[in-house]
Amino acid sequence: MTGMQHVPGEDRGKVILYALSTCGWCADTKKFLTGLRVEFSYVYVDLLTGAERDRVVREVERWNPRLSFPTLVVNDAKAIVGFQEQEIREAVGA
Amino acid sequence: MPDAASDEEVDRFIQGLVEEAEAGGYHINPDEEFTRGLVRGLLANRGRYGYISCPCRLASGNREDDLDIICPCDYRDPDIAEYAACYCALYVNAEVEAGLSAAAPVPERRPPPAERRRAKEERATAGPAPGGLNYPVWRCRVCGYLCARNEPPETCPICRVSRDRFERFM
Ligand code: SF4
Repeated sequence: MTGMQHVPGEDRGKVILYALSTCGWCADTKKFLTGLRVEFSYVYVDLLTGAERDRVVREVERWNPRLSFPTLVVNDAKAIVGFQEQEIREAVGA
Repeated sequence: MPDAASDEEVDRFIQGLVEEAEAGGYHINPDEEFTRGLVRGLLANRGRYGYISCPCRLASGNREDDLDIICPCDYRDPDIAEYAACYCALYVNAEVEAGLSAAAPVPERRPPPAERRRAKEERATAGPAPGGLNYPVWRCRVCGYLCARNEPPETCPICRVSRDRFERFM
């Protein structure tokens, strides 16, 4: 599997979840977003390879120089690092 | 999702992990579903990289660059002390294990990539340690165990990590 996956839901703007396929807090964040029924895209950075991985890593680093996961970017404006339920709820207005 | 390890494999790994942890005074997260997910991640990483790299961190695939995040990572003990759990919440303190409080997300303690690159260059150019000692002193980066001998032990007698997790202390 490579690239962005799309989860349908209510349109609350552009919501992108950068995650790892192996990480517990990433799984919880994805479950939480799904439960909120908002539309979002996610990508498992650990499953990417080569140039695509380099590109996505740079993208994450731009929002979160520590390159840690999950990193959630809302509307190309706000990044939430880690599974922060309250912050996520506010950022997507749910 | 990572290549699936069988349920028996996951169970066996968890059992070993719990036994080793308890013997060393550490505790594994009692939330079974959460812990199983993390162990699946550890096993997936072992399949991918040949070592059990932290499931919550992006590994490079180069063992030397990933040494600090091979489980148990260099950051586990300070995180348990400060936040009651390691970064992934695989290891927790006694209170969380007893169900008296819940593990919460821990901020990332591992330095960002640029800082790690700088530290690596500094290590490569560092001169020999000051003399005057009969033996070099080695420190386990994971648990802090110190020993004075020509080489670090093959396995840390305290936390069981491998020799390459030791650093020259004096
Ligand atoms: S001790 Fe915890 S944070 Fe460290 S590598 Fe293992 S699971 Fe990850």
